[in-house]
Amino acid sequence: MKRSEKIITNTVKIAGSSSILFILLIFVFLVREGLPALGEVSLKDLFSLRWYPIEDLFGLLPLISGSLVVTFTSILIAVPLGIGTAIYIGEIAPKNVKEILKPTVEIMAGIPSVVLGFIGIQALSPFLREFFNLPTGLTALSGSILLAMIAIPSIVSIAEDALYAVPSSYRDASYALGATKWQTIWGVVLPAARNGLMTAVMLGIGRSLGETMAVMMVTGNAATTFSGLKSVIMPVRTMTATIASEMGEVASGSVHYHVLFFIGIILFIFSLVINISSTSVQGKSKQEKGQVIS
Amino acid sequence: MIPYPEPKKRRFSISRQQSQKIGFTFVRLISLITVLPILGIIVYIIIKGGSHISWEFLTTMPSDGMRAGGILPAIVGTFYLMAGTALFSIPLGIAAGIYMAEYASDNQWTRIIRVAIISLGGVPSVVYGLFGLGLFVLFCDFGISILAASLTLSIMTLPVIISTTEEALRSVPYRFRVVGVSLGGTQWQTITRIILPQALPGILTGIILGLERAVGETAPILFTGATFYLPHLPSSPLDATMALPYHIYVISTQVPGMTSGVQYGTVLVLMVFVLGMNLIASLIRSRARSRRQW
Repeated sequence: MKRSEKIITNTVKIAGSSSILFILLIFVFLVREGLPALGEVSLKDLFSLRWYPIEDLFGLLPLISGSLVVTFTSILIAVPLGIGTAIYIGEIAPKNVKEILKPTVEIMAGIPSVVLGFIGIQALSPFLREFFNLPTGLTALSGSILLAMIAIPSIVSIAEDALYAVPSSYRDASYALGATKWQTIWGVVLPAARNGLMTAVMLGIGRSLGETMAVMMVTGNAATTFSGLKSVIMPVRTMTATIASEMGEVASGSVHYHVLFFIGIILFIFSLVINISSTSVQGKSKQEKGQVIS
Repeated sequence: MIPYPEPKKRRFSISRQQSQKIGFTFVRLISLITVLPILGIIVYIIIKGGSHISWEFLTTMPSDGMRAGGILPAIVGTFYLMAGTALFSIPLGIAAGIYMAEYASDNQWTRIIRVAIISLGGVPSVVYGLFGLGLFVLFCDFGISILAASLTLSIMTLPVIISTTEEALRSVPYRFRVVGVSLGGTQWQTITRIILPQALPGILTGIILGLERAVGETAPILFTGATFYLPHLPSSPLDATMALPYHIYVISTQVPGMTSGVQYGTVLVLMVFVLGMNLIASLIRSRARSRRQW
């Protein structure tokens, strides 16, 4: 091998492994800036119910519960809509309708979250305030609806792939037994695609949990704790919004600064767990299909 | 004679055909609910923002505390950030994609790289912001600057470019590689002269979609490069900059007495950026598909 060729090959190999370096760097720098928080605030105080940094109260529970309420509600909206749309695009829609629907979903994926947040402030929140007769429209529900719009495109595209991956012999067998198309979709295709659909749901959860701008702009940013169903139509504050809105105002190296990075560590670990476990579900479904075909 | 069992009587009985009809209608309705708000939002923004777009709005500095005048520095800043992100993420992403598609063998190390790429893709955008603050702004001492923000956005964009490059390269048939090597080319020559040109449209699409996401993001640049207001255009990569998404956040939440014309106009400009890139990507894709000879 020529020397120049060897140099190039080695460069490409190093570039190939760069992702590992970056994920480690992210982890190292989050830990470097965030771990001191554990020395400065006791664990008991970190997991208490008050987030009030001005008085040195750093209870993370309201923020964690805020993130969970918003994410859970958004998934309740996004999963039926996303999977239903995927079923329609993948199994039912005629070709010309498909050619309108697919690009629209792609466009949906491209809309910046800050634009959705803006629309949320201008149109959605006033509407919800009128509709539920609330003191303010900036609630968990407004955030959840915007988050659903952000999560839907990824759910649709992954669910569609999962449906597409179901071998057509399954469908043929079902038709041969006299089933209607709907019975085939409901009784054969969806169960066969369940692992892929699970992946879609989990990545949707990941998107919702990590989303920042849209949520920050419309949820009202009040650090309240979960208090039953009513929380959904009250202002909340998520972990991501807390970081985004407060990091600009803290002195670097202060306790508050360290705690914000500590929240970053929590988010980072959440996202790793969700992503890695959802891909292992996907890998399993590929193996199962291989067995069926062989 | 054994009596034939009476069929179970249901109070509501519907035929299979009827249930299919109900099912299809339901799924169709779900797709409409998914798609209509997006189309509605786009039309609404075009109508409300269109009247405010003028040459002056695009090419002058803001005035009256950003309540009037143009948005030139935000547009220029977004261009700078896009160029900076492209500069770092394209070469590295393509090299890593080449490694994954052409060099990596199916072993433990490759699997670790794959997990790293997937994990990078799932890291919440605000966590990228924290990471950029920790590494580029503070540790590398770039300060709040275009450089720090571009590097942060590059790492966020990287997984998109790597996976689309890999996918595009893998879709080129194996025989192209055999022919290249049999003509006496080295592996690198075969890749750069035969495989890459064939995969170029796919790679370009991935790059554009990755940059589209970077251009619309706010959270990663919040504490790495964005600034509230600049009286002049940034003159070096170490200057902070205004940017369209951050500007939208600022004028929709932080400035009291904002005129809605400026708000919707700015949102429309960002949407034109993002949807324009989306359109270019799909044009490249459909053109390549119709021209492909294999």
